[in-house]
Amino acid sequence: MIAQLTSSERQTALLLCAATMALGLVMLIAGLDNPFGIHGALVMACAFAVMLVVIAGYFAPEPSPTRLRQYYDDPSKVGVVLAMAWVVFGLFVGDWVAWLLVYPDLTFDAGWASFGRIRPVHTTSVIFGFGGNALIATSFYVVQRTCSARLADQVSPWFVLLGYNLFCLVAITGYMMGVTQSKEYAEPEWYADIWLVIVWVTYFVLYMRTLARRREPHIYVANWYYLAFILVVAVLHIVNGLAVPVSFGEARSYSAFSGVQDAMVQWWYGHNAVAFFLTSGFLGMLYYFLPKRAGRPIFSYRLSIISFWGITFFYMWAGSHHLHYTALPQWVQTLGMTFSLMLLVPSWASAGNALATLNGAWNKVRDDATLRFMMVAAVYYGITTFEGSFMAIRPVNSLSHYTDWTIGHVHAGALGWVAMISFGSIYAMVPWLWRSQAMYSARLVEVHFWLAVAGTIIYVMAMWNSGVVQGLMWRTYNESNTLAFSFLDSMVAMRPYYIARAVGGLLFLIGAAVGSYNIWKTLQMAAQSRYRTQADQPEAELDGAAAALPGE
Amino acid sequence: MVRRPRCRGNSIVFGFHYRLERKSIWFVVAIVFVASIGGLVEIAPLFTIDQTVEKAPDMRVYTPLELAGRDIYTREGCYACHSQMIRTLRDEVERYGPYSLAVESQYDHPMLWGSKRTGPDLARIGGKYSDEWHVAHLDNPRHVVAKSIMPAYGWLKRTPLRTEDLGRRLRAQRKVGVPYTDAMIAQAAADALAQTEPDSPGAEGLLQRYGEATQVRAFDGIPGTLTEMDALVAYLQILGRLTDLAHQVEAGTRQ
Repeated sequence: MIAQLTSSERQTALLLCAATMALGLVMLIAGLDNPFGIHGALVMACAFAVMLVVIAGYFAPEPSPTRLRQYYDDPSKVGVVLAMAWVVFGLFVGDWVAWLLVYPDLTFDAGWASFGRIRPVHTTSVIFGFGGNALIATSFYVVQRTCSARLADQVSPWFVLLGYNLFCLVAITGYMMGVTQSKEYAEPEWYADIWLVIVWVTYFVLYMRTLARRREPHIYVANWYYLAFILVVAVLHIVNGLAVPVSFGEARSYSAFSGVQDAMVQWWYGHNAVAFFLTSGFLGMLYYFLPKRAGRPIFSYRLSIISFWGITFFYMWAGSHHLHYTALPQWVQTLGMTFSLMLLVPSWASAGNALATLNGAWNKVRDDATLRFMMVAAVYYGITTFEGSFMAIRPVNSLSHYTDWTIGHVHAGALGWVAMISFGSIYAMVPWLWRSQAMYSARLVEVHFWLAVAGTIIYVMAMWNSGVVQGLMWRTYNESNTLAFSFLDSMVAMRPYYIARAVGGLLFLIGAAVGSYNIWKTLQMAAQSRYRTQADQPEAELDGAAAALPGE
Repeated sequence: MVRRPRCRGNSIVFGFHYRLERKSIWFVVAIVFVASIGGLVEIAPLFTIDQTVEKAPDMRVYTPLELAGRDIYTREGCYACHSQMIRTLRDEVERYGPYSLAVESQYDHPMLWGSKRTGPDLARIGGKYSDEWHVAHLDNPRHVVAKSIMPAYGWLKRTPLRTEDLGRRLRAQRKVGVPYTDAMIAQAAADALAQTEPDSPGAEGLLQRYGEATQVRAFDGIPGTLTEMDALVAYLQILGRLTDLAHQVEAGTRQ
């Protein structure tokens, strides 16, 4: 991989590593007596590891100038591997905490292992570790193909990918040491937040520079979504992260906002992290990989426009539906509910557009588990967005809020939509990236598909049931007009559902492990076959003559 | 490649878009503009409209010990399973007490309203149980509630509370708008200890600064040592009791 970099790029890479190490050293010295310093050491170690890799390849011969006529896919390849590592880890932690709700004593008598600290490890690993790496890897892949242009340079993609993973690593190790802002889905402390801003701006600049090199006059739909993802996540992250650190050498900070304003900002962020991280970016994947794999053009260009701008406009109003019946002024609640309902239109426009694209290719859906992953993802996207709009209605929310119904809803989206579209895209992309005929085993893809579907259904059904039961028990009155159940009664009633949920999660985890094994074997297979046929293996050429790629 | 749909500008909207999607910079501007509207309309007025947060003259700030306890509460992720927001619903008011007012979390940076009740709401937990109950419960919840699924926090009792940074914490809180005085900041570490020592000379100064109603006792049951358990129990015991306004509002609506 280092052999692909020119010698000046290798020097730049070394400089960046050295600068990051210096940053880590400053953190280490400033925060010797608290986790800030430990994070400094971690930053240094990671930068040093990358530096070693660069040094090991430093004296490799210069890359051939013909590389500039090809796409630059090395960062996407590493991104795929990292995404699979994060998903197996994140799902494992998720299932672990799910079992802790069944057997609370199945833990260690230490802070780092307790439920409250490792639950955010799960959410961050799957959302940002898995989802983020899948988004970065596919966005690099898609922007080049849809623009017929190579990435603008060879260093910044690595900075984005590795810098982003450093952020994730700092985040999860921080939680285990008790470093958290406690803002849901934005737990990392101020220094990790600042680092992410730097990485994200680089990502945006790289994306724009690559778009500027495009040979197509129009920007393809997938890129609209990736752009919205990059831009709006930056805005959300910066505003929601505003905080005052206790001092430079300490990890702890206090949010700039308090009380009701903070609640609104947090859910404006939280709901739009769902919109622009977990929806917009993954719709970018859908708009490229689904038509590609199905061999059909997108059903309707106009529907794409309507759904894109509808999602971009309506979503930003919807966050306040997380705060129904709270101390948030009623007018904001009502706006949130109204826009959540309207949101169903662009959401179903996207889901319908995806499914209508499959018309004429349903035989492929039947035979090809990869395409079926994407089809099921589109269906779950439709189901989940309907459910979301439904739950945003104030009286419905009075029942569902604070219960496991919310958890079921989130996982219908996270497992059914986000993970499925990612797995589908990754299974499509891996053979194209590594130039192998197909995945190592189509049957294992099939196994993964059914484990994922079964796991999702069990999980979501369990949480729907537990949520509704819980919500009803809390509001049940007996004949003498007093509350019929204590809180403890409702908690004890959850036990069977918690077991079912942990089993569903376990199936999903096994599926992801099978998928990782399959991808790993595909990589090995590709490496061997390339070694044998190196001389006549066609590389992806930029001028559209890339038809030599199997399956593409 | 995906076949690009051929859509010439045969309507105003789609024709405009057909040209917009050829200009990446303008596309970026359009996304930022369209996405900003919702947040601006919903969030900005919350800082300017007076009725958003009620006025509560008796509202007091957290003592250093309570703030340290609050930091432990966030560190351990308690908010993931416990809400601190009683909604305006009959069953919630009857189960937990008067519904929460915005002013009650006025000094909460960040707020801990929570979004999930794996365990019960804690907005008005203060004073509901004894210190001994809290200590035993945190040590191992199943010792007091046999069927509880809450994690055990045994190490809180064993871990001494870090107080040397409390002054800096109060100062940071002041920077974001909490009215801590210079004396409160200067005395932060001493005040934390004093709050667990009722008859000490420091306790008097603490009561002066934070009000006569401030609870002063050895929260973890062991006088003389300041542990994380002291801080967390002190915080739990003040929840819902920084102001009396919610109870007054409830009494007002009953009449």
